[in-house]
Amino acid sequence: MDFSWIFPYRDLILQGAFLTCLLLVISVTCGFGLAIFLAIAQVGKNPVARWLAKGYCTFFRGTPLLIQLWLIYYGLGTYLPYIPGLRTSFLWPILREGLFFAALALTLNFAAYQGEILRGAMLAVPKGELEAARAVGMSPAMILRRIWLPRAIRIGLPTFAGEVVLQLKATPIVFSVTVMDLYGAAYKIRQDTLLVYEPLLLVTLFYVGLTFLITQAFQKLENAVPTRR
Amino acid sequence: MNPTHSALDLLSIAPPGWGGVLLAGALATVLISSGAYLVGMLIGLFGALGKLSGFRPLQFLLNAYTTIIRAVPELILIVALYYAGTDGLNRILAWAGLGPIEINGLVAAVAVLGFVQGAYMTEVLRGAILAIPVGQLEAAKAFGMRPALRFRRIVLPGLIPNALPGFANLWMSVIKDSALIAVVGYQELALAARVAASNTKEYMVFFLAAAVLYLVITIVSNMLFAALEAYFRRGQRPVV
Repeated sequence: MDFSWIFPYRDLILQGAFLTCLLLVISVTCGFGLAIFLAIAQVGKNPVARWLAKGYCTFFRGTPLLIQLWLIYYGLGTYLPYIPGLRTSFLWPILREGLFFAALALTLNFAAYQGEILRGAMLAVPKGELEAARAVGMSPAMILRRIWLPRAIRIGLPTFAGEVVLQLKATPIVFSVTVMDLYGAAYKIRQDTLLVYEPLLLVTLFYVGLTFLITQAFQKLENAVPTRR
Repeated sequence: MNPTHSALDLLSIAPPGWGGVLLAGALATVLISSGAYLVGMLIGLFGALGKLSGFRPLQFLLNAYTTIIRAVPELILIVALYYAGTDGLNRILAWAGLGPIEINGLVAAVAVLGFVQGAYMTEVLRGAILAIPVGQLEAAKAFGMRPALRFRRIVLPGLIPNALPGFANLWMSVIKDSALIAVVGYQELALAARVAASNTKEYMVFFLAAAVLYLVITIVSNMLFAALEAYFRRGQRPVV
């Protein structure tokens, strides 16, 4: 075991770890926002919205993330320059980067899984609570904001922790679209130093440690939410 | 590239089109996935029985196996096991006085994915075995059934309906994980699509086609698993 490469490559490793965390935070927060709409559309009465949300979830849950990532990076990416005005706009430096497409693919993918879980959680909210809210004269939007969603999120909380960990484990795939995340850094170190296992071991320890932190954080959150059983 | 080529021309089965390559890739994906699934199921069955055996050192080893495999990203596992597996095998061969061999990509993919699946299968099967009512096992013991007979007649038929939802999830995940094999260079559906796309520069067409093929595989498997579960639960009272 030779770990002498850690010091010369420390910047690459730290940047990689930062990018991995950034991708996780972006995809989980944005994906969660999108998932709320997907869940509402699926439990709602509008057949077009329901059908669209179902189709979206089926597509993103039924195909590998790798294909989605490549579809967005190579497929969508080749069409972007043809949108008039985009190339000269201030957004272009962001849109040119692999990081943008990686974050987009991870977000869309996370939203599909999360939307499905949130749908189940929304259906698990006791009917009586929604009826009570209606009986005191809350408007549908207010019921959703004050009763339905907060209750559904609490019900789904244990499952969310697992989903966030799964999302973390999905992030290394972005190295295949030139994003230098933590795994990308390990890949580069392997190419430079011809060491196969040591970089992978270091990276693995980081992922396992982060997994531990995530589960601990969610455990705290779960304990902080008062529940009566 | 000739811009008059339509998506249909590109996807035709015969060689100017890439449909044949994609279908061969889809077949490879199904083959890898089913192979890994069966290997994983075998590992899982022994793993679950080992975890429930009450033999401490074995339990510790199996706990380490399932915890590590489930905590590390699949991509890293696949890359590490792929290199470690081929490297280790060649070292053993060299030690035995034999020359290094080129390991078949399909075999390596099945072995690596199967080893990963085994950890998840162990947990699914352990849960399914624990969900069998104790009374049934006690009754079997009272009748004087020996462990092997009890396993075959009582445990196995009892665990299948409990394990089927978990099995269905794992089948979906092995199909999607098999795409990661593309990273180590074995041509299954994802890599076939990438090769076709980079040759024709028609990325959208080929990645969409691959996505549709994956969807067909997952949707058909979903229906099969629903039918299987209905069959294995035929003796049970419906829960309403």
